[in-house]
Amino acid sequence: MDNGTSKGTPIGRVRGLGSARSGGHHWLQERASSLAAFGLCLFLIFAVLGLGDLSYAKVQQWISGPVPATAVALLVIVLFWHSKMGLQVLIEDYVHGANKVVCLLLNTIFSWGGAAFALLCIIRLALGAK
Amino acid sequence: MASASNRPLSPHLQVWKWGPHMTVSILHRVAGDGLSFVGLPLLLWWLGALVSGPEAYATLVHWVWAGEPGHALQPFTNVLGKIALVGLTWAFMQHTLSGLRHLVLDTGAGYELTVNKTWSWVVLIAGPLLTAAFWAALLLR
Repeated sequence: MDNGTSKGTPIGRVRGLGSARSGGHHWLQERASSLAAFGLCLFLIFAVLGLGDLSYAKVQQWISGPVPATAVALLVIVLFWHSKMGLQVLIEDYVHGANKVVCLLLNTIFSWGGAAFALLCIIRLALGAK
Repeated sequence: MASASNRPLSPHLQVWKWGPHMTVSILHRVAGDGLSFVGLPLLLWWLGALVSGPEAYATLVHWVWAGEPGHALQPFTNVLGKIALVGLTWAFMQHTLSGLRHLVLDTGAGYELTVNKTWSWVVLIAGPLLTAAFWAALLLR
């Protein structure tokens, strides 16, 4: 592995410290997901403002349409994706040792669980299940 | 050491001067985490209530916003709910605006002291303004 260009010390590499070699990808994904979230949130904001009121009947009818359902489904995916990456950075900055591993796992469970639940709800609404 | 006073100050833990960019920076994290911890669960509750039917939706509205008192705690949670919803709106505006600022900074632009300060102030002021604009649009339509 040591090709002479690495900036880490041998003991640092042994301890698993230093670059995980995926930081650039994480950074880019944060930016890309932020742009997607921005566009989809704008759609949601103007859709909500255009609904007239937020009664059950109005919202249920609106979100069951194919275009809003697709947009909200994409929004949920992007938001939980972006949130997972942001919370990961928060955890890595403030939590250390074994607690960090637990928090990162909880973050994964929250993100995948939340996104799966939300997608199931949207699919049921879009397919008209009562 | 005669020219010591002209030398640049290195980052120091005790000797520093507040700037708006510092506030914008920490608020980006605070707002983002607030959206994750409070906003996303509320979004899940909203979607879950929608799919569960009118009664579940009414339960959400009664706890978060207003409705016939069904529980002694409801007046309290209604106040909390409104604070949360307005707070989340601000958090979204703040996080979005400073996120856009970050996208510009990522290109390497906007690091000059005055430019950086100006846009930091713009973000800090526009956040509450856009929050007020959204609620005005929502309640006065």
